[in-house]
Amino acid sequence: MSFLRKRRGGADLAAMEGRHIGVDGLMTGLSFILLFIIVVIPIFMIVYNAFFYEGKFDLSLFTSVIFEKENLKAMGNTVIIALAVTVFGTIMGLFYAWLLGRSDIPAKGFMRALFTIPYMFPPFFGAMAWDLLFSGRAGYINRWLMSTFGLRQPPVNINSLGGIIFVECSYYFPFVFMQVVSALERMDPTLEESARIAGARQSQVIWKITLPLVKPAISAGALLILISSLAHFGVPSILGFSKNIYTLPTMIYALINKSGGSFEGIRQGTALSILLVAVVAIALVVQKYVLSSGSYDIIKGKSMRPTLIKLRGAKYPLLLLASLTLLVIVVVPLVMIFLVALVKAYGLPLTWANFSFSNYVKVFESPATMDSIKNSLFLSVTAGIVCMFLGVMIAYVINRIRPRGKGLLEILSILPYSIPGTVLAIGVILSWSGSLAGINLYNTIWIILVAYMARYLSFSMKSASASLQQVNASLEEASRACGATHTESLKDITLPLIKPAMVSGFFLIFLPAMRELTTSVLLYGPYSRTLGVQIFALRDAGMIPQASALASVAIVIIIVCNAIVTEITKDRKGA
Amino acid sequence: MAGIKFQNVSFAYGEKQILRDFSLSVEDAQIMCLLGPSGCGKTTLMRCLLGLNRPSSGEIWLGDRCLFSKERRINIPPERRGIGVVFQDYAVWPHMTVMENVCYPLKKQRLPKDEMEKKAKYALEQVRMGDYAPYLPSQLSGGQQQRVAIARALVSSDEVIVMDEPITNLDAKLREEMLAEIRQIQKNIGTTILYITHDQEASLQLCDKMAIMDASGALCQIGTDEDIILRPAERFVFEFIGVSNFFTLTRKSGNWCFFDREDMPYTGTVPAEFEAVGRVDMGVRPNGIVFDDAIAEGSPSPIRGTIRRSVFLGSEYNLFVDLNGQEVRVQRSAFTGTGGVQEGAEVGLTFLSPKFYPVKEAA
Amino acid sequence: MSENIAVALRHVTKRFTTRTMGTITAVDDFNLEIREGECFSFLGPSGCGKTTTLRMIAGFEDLSEGEIELCGRLVSSSAKNLYIPPEERDLGMVFQAFAVWPHMNIFDNVAFPLKIRKVAKKEIAARVKDALKHCSLDGLEDVYPGELSGGQQQRIALARAIVTNPKVMLLDEPLSNLDPKLRETMRFEIKELQRQFGFTIIFVTHDQSEAMAISDRMMVCDMGKIVQIDTPEALYNHPNSRFVHNFLGESTFINVEVRDGQVFPKGDNTQPIGLPIPENAGPEMVVATRPNAIRLIKDGPGFRTRVEKRIFLTDKTEYLVSVGKQLVKIQTPHRVVFAPGEECAIEIAAPSWYPPEDAAAEAERARRNII
Repeated sequence: MSFLRKRRGGADLAAMEGRHIGVDGLMTGLSFILLFIIVVIPIFMIVYNAFFYEGKFDLSLFTSVIFEKENLKAMGNTVIIALAVTVFGTIMGLFYAWLLGRSDIPAKGFMRALFTIPYMFPPFFGAMAWDLLFSGRAGYINRWLMSTFGLRQPPVNINSLGGIIFVECSYYFPFVFMQVVSALERMDPTLEESARIAGARQSQVIWKITLPLVKPAISAGALLILISSLAHFGVPSILGFSKNIYTLPTMIYALINKSGGSFEGIRQGTALSILLVAVVAIALVVQKYVLSSGSYDIIKGKSMRPTLIKLRGAKYPLLLLASLTLLVIVVVPLVMIFLVALVKAYGLPLTWANFSFSNYVKVFESPATMDSIKNSLFLSVTAGIVCMFLGVMIAYVINRIRPRGKGLLEILSILPYSIPGTVLAIGVILSWSGSLAGINLYNTIWIILVAYMARYLSFSMKSASASLQQVNASLEEASRACGATHTESLKDITLPLIKPAMVSGFFLIFLPAMRELTTSVLLYGPYSRTLGVQIFALRDAGMIPQASALASVAIVIIIVCNAIVTEITKDRKGA
Repeated sequence: MAGIKFQNVSFAYGEKQILRDFSLSVEDAQIMCLLGPSGCGKTTLMRCLLGLNRPSSGEIWLGDRCLFSKERRINIPPERRGIGVVFQDYAVWPHMTVMENVCYPLKKQRLPKDEMEKKAKYALEQVRMGDYAPYLPSQLSGGQQQRVAIARALVSSDEVIVMDEPITNLDAKLREEMLAEIRQIQKNIGTTILYITHDQEASLQLCDKMAIMDASGALCQIGTDEDIILRPAERFVFEFIGVSNFFTLTRKSGNWCFFDREDMPYTGTVPAEFEAVGRVDMGVRPNGIVFDDAIAEGSPSPIRGTIRRSVFLGSEYNLFVDLNGQEVRVQRSAFTGTGGVQEGAEVGLTFLSPKFYPVKEAA
Repeated sequence: MSENIAVALRHVTKRFTTRTMGTITAVDDFNLEIREGECFSFLGPSGCGKTTTLRMIAGFEDLSEGEIELCGRLVSSSAKNLYIPPEERDLGMVFQAFAVWPHMNIFDNVAFPLKIRKVAKKEIAARVKDALKHCSLDGLEDVYPGELSGGQQQRIALARAIVTNPKVMLLDEPLSNLDPKLRETMRFEIKELQRQFGFTIIFVTHDQSEAMAISDRMMVCDMGKIVQIDTPEALYNHPNSRFVHNFLGESTFINVEVRDGQVFPKGDNTQPIGLPIPENAGPEMVVATRPNAIRLIKDGPGFRTRVEKRIFLTDKTEYLVSVGKQLVKIQTPHRVVFAPGEECAIEIAAPSWYPPEDAAAEAERARRNII
């Protein structure tokens, strides 16, 4: 275990015991082994299977899949959607960030809370809701418009590239919004004031000082949108399948689904995965380049409330605009899902007479649905707990033990986050379907668990890491001087101190895992449907009110869990 | 009760040698301030004592207990050294109440519960934090947290406490209060305290003895505050402890003179041992330079300079005097002198209580 | 006469309404005239209204009452509902946190005010070069502020402020983020720039020694009210209140009783303190002086006492001597050596007298400082 002995300031507590490997060595070794199994193997399997066939280097499959017309079209769609979502989402996020962060618009706190709501719910719920309203002749609003104005064609077609872009936009713009709002809040107001003194008018200050200074926050948020949208599965699958509009992730799903899980289908999916990874990798490289080019220290000096820009006459029109936006992107989809969940049959008008709880009864009486809830709970809780501990261990190794190769450890634990969920699912299938040491987890719940762990480990690791950096090494040293051994210090001091971060790390995993669709939809077997998959399947089978009912149950679960998280984080601040 | 002894301790971070054959004894029941510029290795020395750094050679003793010896392959782990420590950032555990913080070392000593509480309470009384036992550190001010840290150090050892710049993060007023309190606690209990700082003012106020380290990690002088202030042993000590002016005097035709100029003779006494060398560095404090108008009798001084800048500081004026091209700092009381002096005026300078050191050769 | 007044404040008042504390009068009826070319300081503890006043002069805050004139031009007036925005006031301003724009290099930072004013390119280059030279930043044109130290960043801010050649320069605690050594140098540099460019300085600070060192005149304020305006020497030597006495420099307070034309330490009439008694002195008074205005001598005509405690400081020695039942702080150069317990005499120079009722709290504060 030679990587243990890198001497650094407070890092060699273990070494001071003057003997063998100890706890630190054990944790370091374990971290490397686990990350190898969870992360390295699936990635290797994808690359291997894409380029090697029966042990030989073989590009034929790769090229044939790539140059297929449909696949090229899917790739084009993916890029068009991602770019459009990025552009519109950024503009929207930026505008509202400025409005809420710098102007004197009323009801800021309330609106700010609402603007972050889309962040909580999976975009495919939104896609479902909008589909109910605007899909061809069946959508409620389309029908109403056609009958009211005597139109012969449905006026809005949500099942189009435009529709997909709109729905994704409404769910991804908070990435930019939240980044920019917090940058604006932390920005030293004298940076702007000194420009006023230098003779610049308010509008000049915005263009020449404020915008350039928050540029790093804008680009960080924009790239997050870009990468998320490139890898996104839910919205294009719900809105696109019926009109044969495919993106790379949905095409991969379709290929594998069509082939009924045969190896050939999976191999084709693998080749497409490489393509998707390549696109995402380009985005990541751009991100690295953009982020490193400009990151300034804009938080300095005494905290003073920034001078708010008076909107004067534009105040109430802008307030109306903001409220309408909130209504459209937050309220309408949620309300729609609950309403349709109550309706006896899809297509009936939304009136009291047609409402009943029969869909909920059906949902709770169906064993398959109940199983999906149980599966999701089991998967989310297990993945949450396991990742919570793994994340703490890896964070401790990276931040405190600092062995040789800690950089590699860090990259390995964060990497899966950037890999599209679809691709990760294929990697997991390739690795754990019997090809390695005869372990076959395919069609079991365990394969989903492995995928979740890989996907979400970085969340808990980052959370624990940030918290560990707050815990000064001297706290542990003080306990050594008070007579505690190294292990006792860990148990009595360090772990209790990062407990809040561990708990929030758990929920950071639990919440997205509860609503996960992208990975599970490729991995589920007859007995391992998850909540997301079940909603997706119900809808696919035309049981739209039931799908809505289940979705509304998921929404309630998500809201309750979010409330718990807020409560917990509040406690932490109070302590 | 026990003293501390470092014997020929060396330590290096990689290539960088921090301590070289460092030896220092701290007497029992004293406050020793280890004073040195930042980066001189004083914190490293403390970490060696605590067992958080491992020296490459030498021995460390606590009373008659050997804590570390390279030769005899002794290296007692930190938890069994029995040294209380107060870190610069307090290192009070935020998830434990004040009482739990102070009880923790006693728990590790496996003390029975009632005795533990009695001891912890006594320690908290000592630092005037008895009423705060159930509080969490986040409910306390910086100064109060620091007191908890001291109480915790008090219970973890009744022999030796090491403090590493424990008051740097407090504001000026609180700093002075804390120093007085540390002094008082030490008097009551009689522990040995090794206090590590780069703050001259703090160590002057606190110490029984001071040890001054220079930037290379070498020990320059050990002594009481009076020794250090009135009899600084080395030029480094004189310069480190306050603002200073230095002049090189040379011996010309049997007289000492400034700047090699015979028309600027130094009329005071220079220790005879420098006569053979013919050169000497004279150090003088800004308030040790007076103008002709403050001297009751005698002729005007032949050492004449021009006032470049005069800055009013309330009770004093800070004057920057150009003396043959060298900037000399003079501090003049606003009460004993005749007040400020016009910028540009010519003044005669007299030097009071100068110190003489061998000439520092430019390396 | 008014053309010689650079900044005039008339009945300037600023009230804030907060949700928790109701209405607060941050600035209460300030009347002030600052002459052209003067270096004028606003000094006071935090919350005294100095920063708010500066921000009103700069145009970042409007006035609840009163009016402000800059170089004879009315810029803010609550009665006329007049408010000229900061960019049209033609000021220079330097902030505590430097406020140097991190996304522009030094040249662009300094050129910004000129570019905004649409000055010709050639002239910009020349004037920026000149400003940088004055602030010892030549050769650093292409460097970004992030690579520079705090002192250099503050120099950029200074260069940016002088490049438009403003008549009035507002300095908002410009030196508090710098280390003490640099602070002294920068203070001198600011004065030097003033000498060359002739602008009027308004300097806001809570550091009394800094204010005394830099100002021609200064205003001491407390709790939103002006307490005293005068030159540093006059303020230090003739403070009009205990607050000013205590706020400027170190103070020593002695509680005394006046009896039979003589001054005794309070509660002890064995030995009088030889002090001339002012006309309006009551039976109980507080004598305020400075620790180094008390002479400590071996023997002589002064008040006989003994040294109770000696503390060496880096640049002086502090002695505590007993005067009656009180301990009095005295500071001397290191060369004046007394041993603890040694007999001595003290002579008090330049005392101020204050009535005891307001003095009680101050004396208590001073006493706490000693122990």
